[in-house]
Amino acid sequence: MDMYKIIKKVDLTPIITLMEVDAPRLARAAKPGQFLIVRAHDRGERIPLTICDFDSKKGTVTIVTQIVGASTRQICTMNEGESFTDFAGPLGQPSEFVYKSDEELSKMRYLFIAGGLGTAPVFPQAKYLHAKGAKVDVIIGAKTKDLVIFEEEMRAVCDNLYICTDDGSYGKKGLVTDILKELLESGEKYDQAVAIGPMIMMKFVTLTARPFNLPLIVSLNTLMVDGTGMCGACRVSVGGKTKFACVDGPEFDGYQVDFDEAMRRQMMYKNIEIEADHKCKIGLNNEK
Amino acid sequence: MRNKIPRVPVREQDPAVRIKNFDEVCYGYNEEEARLEASRCLGCKKPSCIGQCPVSIQIPQFILEVENGNFEKAAAIIAKDSSLPAVCGRVCPQETQCEGACILGVKGEPVAIGKLERFVADWAREKGICFSSSANLNGKKVAVIGSGPAGLACSADLAKLGYQVTIFEALHEPGGVLQYGIPEFRLPKEKVVKAEVDNVRALGVNIETNVIVGRTVTIDSLMKEEGFDAVFIGSGAGLPKFMGIPGENLNGVVSSNEFLTRNNLMRAYDPSYDTPIYVGKKVAVVGGGNVAMDAARTALRLGADVTIVYRRTEKELPARVEEVHHAKEEGIVFKMLTNPVAVLGNDKGWVTGIRCIRMELGEPDESGRRSPIPIPDSEFEMDVDVVIMALGTSPNPLIANTTPGLETNKWKCIVADENGITTKPGVFAGGDIVTGAATVILAMGAGRKAAAAIDRYLQSK
Repeated sequence: MDMYKIIKKVDLTPIITLMEVDAPRLARAAKPGQFLIVRAHDRGERIPLTICDFDSKKGTVTIVTQIVGASTRQICTMNEGESFTDFAGPLGQPSEFVYKSDEELSKMRYLFIAGGLGTAPVFPQAKYLHAKGAKVDVIIGAKTKDLVIFEEEMRAVCDNLYICTDDGSYGKKGLVTDILKELLESGEKYDQAVAIGPMIMMKFVTLTARPFNLPLIVSLNTLMVDGTGMCGACRVSVGGKTKFACVDGPEFDGYQVDFDEAMRRQMMYKNIEIEADHKCKIGLNNEK
Repeated sequence: MRNKIPRVPVREQDPAVRIKNFDEVCYGYNEEEARLEASRCLGCKKPSCIGQCPVSIQIPQFILEVENGNFEKAAAIIAKDSSLPAVCGRVCPQETQCEGACILGVKGEPVAIGKLERFVADWAREKGICFSSSANLNGKKVAVIGSGPAGLACSADLAKLGYQVTIFEALHEPGGVLQYGIPEFRLPKEKVVKAEVDNVRALGVNIETNVIVGRTVTIDSLMKEEGFDAVFIGSGAGLPKFMGIPGENLNGVVSSNEFLTRNNLMRAYDPSYDTPIYVGKKVAVVGGGNVAMDAARTALRLGADVTIVYRRTEKELPARVEEVHHAKEEGIVFKMLTNPVAVLGNDKGWVTGIRCIRMELGEPDESGRRSPIPIPDSEFEMDVDVVIMALGTSPNPLIANTTPGLETNKWKCIVADENGITTKPGVFAGGDIVTGAATVILAMGAGRKAAAAIDRYLQSK
């Protein structure tokens, strides 16, 4: 049996790759907000990735990966027709809204704040809510034009789409927090906001949203090994209590998260990873 | 009259050499040594060793065959009751089980039953002898959750009875704690664990990895949609415990589960793997069980100075005597009657030390153990850059939380009787998920009992 085969690959940007992967069990069970763990080869790391889309009928799951180190580089250089060694999930708690009734959702207005790669996991949430009749606005922020992903797909599942880039090469020049602040100051009201992106972005989104009492959920991309509650590498302080992002999250109340600790904990293996990536690049060059 | 020689010592890797590698510490007996040791067994008419073995191996029978040089026969006798003899010969606490009951132990040293079991299992494996013969299928399907000792033992017995067994494993390699928990230098992964798992596969058992029951599938979906007639839960005690002291989330504090999983399952010690591990220069391992010894000896081999910090005295260490002995030989420092009260860090959030308090033993509590009491004003600091918490583990609530009708107790353990029967019809459980963290062999014993109960249940249906 050929498990976890890549049936479609699209390079969204030079460093961000979309892959549709054959994983029937996972596709049947997946819900918005959850993640999975992949291994590219039999000596590879277990890499947690958010689920970007899933099709239970086709039995496929879509992931979006950005090259940030040796292991994500290995993932992104795999090709259509090749298979992942391991592909496990779905993991974590689904987003809170999957437990709300259609009627309830149809009266709600959501705001998503997506940063860079975080746009990928925002998509299935916006898609789900849009299908249930909720009002959905989305802010996408990226460093530069080339790194804006999912624009067309997102436009199809939301009412208002706001795009900004750090360098002003596309959309508005500035940060997601600038757009967020403008929207909230102009009197826009939302029942719930969800921010997914780099830890530092989510920290500043919470700081920006706090004075407006905007209910805010964030999705934490912590370090993990197993993703099932076994190792505790993903522990985060939420409301002064230690939580495991893999089983208690990945979504938490943004105002309760200790982002400084979370950012610091992400650095735990950074030096080792940079070394590994360096090694890896040499290897790839030799192969070519 | 039996051979009145002292117990035959087992050859081991020199401590000065082995602290620099992950090769197995104990070499085991050769044929000559095994036969000599076997000749010490009295062959008691009413052997008390068997009753102390959780899987009831016919110990004097197999030892007699070893003495006579009939190693294949010996292996066949063990195979009737144990699906993992090469594992058990290495990691069972024989001193409190079979060997603890050996009559020779009253005045001298008991027969080295564990080392003999290991010899027989290794001999059979090296000769390529496998006793796994699949039975005719009876048309019934059983799902086994978890491929650790409980699940493997249960699956092997069920397969021998003709059931079609599928094991669902959450991680990417089968073996459970044998794979992620116990280090290579005590339990070789390719040579021993994989070989014994393959023997279980050879019985016709199918193992599906990367399936997290409670997430990827549920017990109800397995029974209602996938047609499984019964389910055995052997998912173990996988959740790490932390102390709840200040500084525990600093960079450099890890659970023994994380540290050992990175090094065992993910082979961080082998540069050909991509797994990062942070070892530091000075490591404190908090705890006194086998897992604490494993973590300490692993950190040592990865190049750190290691101290074990334990709140009671050496006498109360829950670890096996052999493990403590090996750890000491290797140069692990034991700081007893000491308990951390805070982890200390620098302004960048990395560990720089632990503040500890000295303890003394008070009056025995209800369990008869003398509980440790802090000595006032006895706090002191230790310079370390990594702290490994090896405080025990508790069951993962994932399955219980997603299975209506399955009762758990206040420790989150699944409620099951001595035959593994739970509160949900058709669902059985055994091993650490029922008892809380215990041993490989107790989990195997529970798996076997549950297999028998599943057979009775499905026969009567």
